[in-house]
Amino acid sequence: MPKIKVDNIETTVPDGINLIEAAKLVGKAVPHYCYHSQLSVAGNCRMCLVEIEKQPKLQIACNTKVQEGMSFFTESPKVKEAQQFVLEFILVNHPIDCPVCDQAGECKLQQYYMKYDARPSRFEETKVHKEKAIELGPNVMLDMERCILCSRCVRFCKEIAEEDQLCFSQRGDHTMLTTFPDRPLDNPYSVNTVDICPVGALTSKDFRFQQRVWFLKGVETICTGCATGCNVRMDHNQGKVFRLVPRDNEAVNEAWMCDEGRLTYKPVNAENRLRHPLVKTAEGLREVRMETALEKFGELLKNISGHVLLGIGSAEFTNEDNYALIRFLQENFPVPHLAYTAREVEYPSQDDYLISADKNPNRAGVTAMGMKPLASEDRKYQCLIGLGPISESTLTALSFEKDHKVIVFATHREASLDYADLVFPVATFAELTGTMVNRQGRVQMLRPAFAPPGESKTVWEILSQAARLMSRAKPAYTAPEQVFADLAELVPAFKGLNYELIGKQGALLTKQ
Amino acid sequence: MEGFDFPSGILRPHVDLTSWVWFSGVMPIQVKVMERRPRTFWEQSYLPEIIRGLSTTISHLLKHLLRLEKMPTYEYPEQTKPIPEDYRGEHRLMLRPDDTIRCTACMLCATACPAECIEIIAAENPNPDVEKYPSVYTINLLRCVFCGLCVEACPCDAIRMDTQKRDMAGMSREEFILDINYLMKNHPEGKSPVSIAL
Ligand code: SF4
Ligand code: SF4
Ligand code: SF4
Ligand code: SF4
Ligand code: FES
Repeated sequence: MPKIKVDNIETTVPDGINLIEAAKLVGKAVPHYCYHSQLSVAGNCRMCLVEIEKQPKLQIACNTKVQEGMSFFTESPKVKEAQQFVLEFILVNHPIDCPVCDQAGECKLQQYYMKYDARPSRFEETKVHKEKAIELGPNVMLDMERCILCSRCVRFCKEIAEEDQLCFSQRGDHTMLTTFPDRPLDNPYSVNTVDICPVGALTSKDFRFQQRVWFLKGVETICTGCATGCNVRMDHNQGKVFRLVPRDNEAVNEAWMCDEGRLTYKPVNAENRLRHPLVKTAEGLREVRMETALEKFGELLKNISGHVLLGIGSAEFTNEDNYALIRFLQENFPVPHLAYTAREVEYPSQDDYLISADKNPNRAGVTAMGMKPLASEDRKYQCLIGLGPISESTLTALSFEKDHKVIVFATHREASLDYADLVFPVATFAELTGTMVNRQGRVQMLRPAFAPPGESKTVWEILSQAARLMSRAKPAYTAPEQVFADLAELVPAFKGLNYELIGKQGALLTKQ
Repeated sequence: MEGFDFPSGILRPHVDLTSWVWFSGVMPIQVKVMERRPRTFWEQSYLPEIIRGLSTTISHLLKHLLRLEKMPTYEYPEQTKPIPEDYRGEHRLMLRPDDTIRCTACMLCATACPAECIEIIAAENPNPDVEKYPSVYTINLLRCVFCGLCVEACPCDAIRMDTQKRDMAGMSREEFILDINYLMKNHPEGKSPVSIAL
């Protein structure tokens, strides 16, 4: 643990870290472009120059390790002057397209220029112009003029995606970022290069031109694309989600996420979202108000006893929703049959890094609650209550009494809902507070971006309301914290957990 | 995203549009405290002010009654008052010399607009040097306060309010929602003028 001084502030820092990280520990920011904590050090942008005591020349902080007794300065006049020169040099051929550049607002070049340079240009020659709107791969576009040649994207492909798909060609101010002939940038993590690109050179095709970033509001949640549960920030505006970007969690996804997962927000904005409950009539499903649907729910369950009742949880719903279903059935209909369904994908994408073949974000959660995958039994059911649409194969595998009833909780209006007698509209992952458990057994928080559309609600809200209407005492939840507190009390795997403990980085289930 | 972001927050074009400012959710508000002084007895009675106001009214009445020809009334709509050249009237979207739209869908006007009445949807421009263009550009005149900030904001002289149109009347709300086609043709000659400003 070397003792060092940063801008005359004495501190002890861990061995072997570089000066950028050391300065960060005392709250000092060293500006940098090419350095990224998850990538190897390239030391090519020179933005991170600092003055080290007893060294005549400035040194780059990213490639200098702390040493016992070292003292360095991040804001000395010499450093400030160097920062101005570096920025002036980077801006020599920069197009300064900010008004039409998608990065404007979250651009490191803009930010550092405002903070460390802010001088008018002295450049009188003609700028070197390069190609714009180059398609690098299925998900990424490149604007060569805006590239500051920091090589972060190149190193990402090589070191993290482990597919060496980008490289530089030509020399000097004609250097270009390029792919190899007939080898597009198509690795499953390619959009991460867009996130780490400090400028607007790389843009994601999906997000390109969709929104200026200063209109967006972010909420810290998780990706529900697979069992990994990458930590993300969900950017939204006016009731629409616009993008998911990874956020740091060393234990789960480091600083990355896969391209497939980035598109999991699409269903939230879909046109066919359910806004009101649906009831079966002679002419098919008809929209009704929530009060009517809740009354109907009571009617359907009136003379049903537990042993002809099947409750189907879902590995795609939150712990809160699944648990509320369990509690609702167990409290009011003794010994119902309980099981869960999961989304099956025939040829799932998969690798040994982040992408999990199990496309269900919460299988570990429902399993920890003691639910088993749905299997056909010789029991004949009179009523089925299920989270999510029930697939046709599931329905044919089960045996029902004549005149059986099916009640489902669904997010979208799909053609295949016709078998249902009653459909409740429920909130998607972008509209609720809840938890899911990933493949490591880590409980992670989902946070809402906005309110669910129309009358849709979470499953636990609907079931609590229904119980009250049926004059049953339980469940009577009014907040997700209550559902989780109940869960933590009664299910041993969740013992001792609460939302505060789970926080932004998640918390592990108790090992059974 | 990356390990730590510095400096935090988002840059956003400042309302005066001469610079970009840090935006971290709250806009800085400037407060000026005004000193209050109690009213005097005469002020409290309101009489002097009433007399002063009435004398202005009566003096104008007498002046106009005695010299009818000097009365500054315009017989609108037969007679219209000339309006200054920089009058902020209905908007129009300017064209390039090749008759394509000048607007690059940068949304700086929509950002500056205090009434949030400009809706723009950007699309990829076939010319990569232009980057993007608005596939939808709608101004809701019912919300517009005719402040002209959109014109100030535009970095490429793509939107102007120099149509001199101020008589806006209609039978339905829809008539006041100007779409891109209307805005590009908002000129007696059927198409908006060309601008070659940089
Ligand atoms: S990369 Fe940054 S500085 Fe360059 S045009 Fe885009 S926003 Fe402006
Ligand atoms: S495209 Fe972006 S990340 Fe890649 S070298 Fe250029 S500036 Fe760096
Ligand atoms: S003139 Fe109207 S459209 Fe333009 S900024 Fe003002 S309120 Fe918005
Ligand atoms: S009118 Fe001007 S400011 Fe508004 S989007 Fe178009 S180019 Fe940008
Ligand atoms: S961050 Fe150190 S040289 Fe680029």
